[in-house]
Amino acid sequence: MDRSLRLISTDAIVGTPIDALARTVEALLVVASQPLTVDELVAATEDDAERVETALGLLRERYAEGRSGIVLERVAGGYALRASREAAEACGRLFERPVERGLSQAALETVAIVAYLGPVSRPEIARIRGVAADSAVASLVERGLVAEAGRESGPGGAVRYRVTPLFERVFGLDSLSELPRLDDLGGETEAIRERLLAVAEARAS
Amino acid sequence: MPSAVRDLELDLDAFEGPFDLLLTLILKEQLEPAEIDIASIVVAFVEHLTARDRIDLDACGEFLVLIAALLEIKARQLFPEEGAELAELEPEEAAEELARRLAEYRRMKEAASWLRERLETERARYFRLGPAPLAPQAERRLAPQDPAHLVAALRGLAVPPPKVSLAHMALRFPPVAQFLERFRAVLRRRSVFDFDGEVAGLSRVEQAVAFLALLELRRAGEVALAQAAPFAPIRVSRHEAERSHAWTVRSA
Repeated sequence: MDRSLRLISTDAIVGTPIDALARTVEALLVVASQPLTVDELVAATEDDAERVETALGLLRERYAEGRSGIVLERVAGGYALRASREAAEACGRLFERPVERGLSQAALETVAIVAYLGPVSRPEIARIRGVAADSAVASLVERGLVAEAGRESGPGGAVRYRVTPLFERVFGLDSLSELPRLDDLGGETEAIRERLLAVAEARAS
Repeated sequence: MPSAVRDLELDLDAFEGPFDLLLTLILKEQLEPAEIDIASIVVAFVEHLTARDRIDLDACGEFLVLIAALLEIKARQLFPEEGAELAELEPEEAAEELARRLAEYRRMKEAASWLRERLETERARYFRLGPAPLAPQAERRLAPQDPAHLVAALRGLAVPPPKVSLAHMALRFPPVAQFLERFRAVLRRRSVFDFDGEVAGLSRVEQAVAFLALLELRRAGEVALAQAAPFAPIRVSRHEAERSHAWTVRSA
């Protein structure tokens, strides 16, 4: 069961007991609407990183899936509270999911390109997809999944885009390194080249 | 019979409506061809065809011509400079390049479907969305200011702007008649003269009026004009003196 929290923790010389630190971290996470990094929690609690990690460990135990209506998860490089999966249906009746609602195939392909190749410009995306990327990129920016990230070098360089922490959060990723490796995804150049050559020979004969 | 091509209804990302309206909008440059997913149009057309009980060859032909034109417009817009770059490739290299691009796109499509599945499995995760509460602003104290400095700064700005000169707006045109007389006088002394030499040193406006006078003389048949090449000096001669010149300004 949950360990009992000590209520009195004002002894400044010994340092804040870990339970009190956990309560403070818990409070910070409730107020936050975006994942908080350990660094941010360290700065806010004015405590040290190791102790903050320990406090987070306690909280993750308490707010594990299936133990509480609230779940503490590690996502987008930080820690955030969310509703438990068993409450999803009830949440769905009351709340909208504006970020992923009606995400088109074009938008998904575009966000995949930005996630893997970002920072990447619209002309580069258009080159890969064979269709202008302007409207897909605009819709992703509006949803907050993609954001501007500087320009290509040289005068009048095109704006480049990268995915946002919200992208990682919506797709439940701690970081982009959790995406499958590009090499493991289809598209063997060799096989495609063979097929192209076969078509070319068939036409030539 | 209504055309199978023209009443083809489209529902694309960038456009919804009949095919002929799409073409009209593209030709009027009100729609970017690059925004149009041509494969979807082809699919829509094929579906449209299969819904009919017999194959309409005329419609197929018409469609092929239109879609090919659309493809070309789009390709030119998407790859303005790459044509030259790709044209320099050997067929073998071009196939390699094409295969590389197709593979790249296929991987991105796979990644997109991975993301789609991921979205499905993560659908049960609800979380609070919104901007983070703002961090407290560090207080910025302004340096103490002397009101007299402000007065001085404002005074510097409160100077009436300099009066704009309109002198260059008033163009003075010397009368054409003046140059008519002048050229006639020159021609009385010499049978041939160089227009450029004659007007050298005059202002631009005066030179223009002089040229008008020259054209006027040519129209009246008093002079013949000749010029060896564009921008070469214009030779003016008494009309009877050089009738057989190689190149003569005919209209004035």
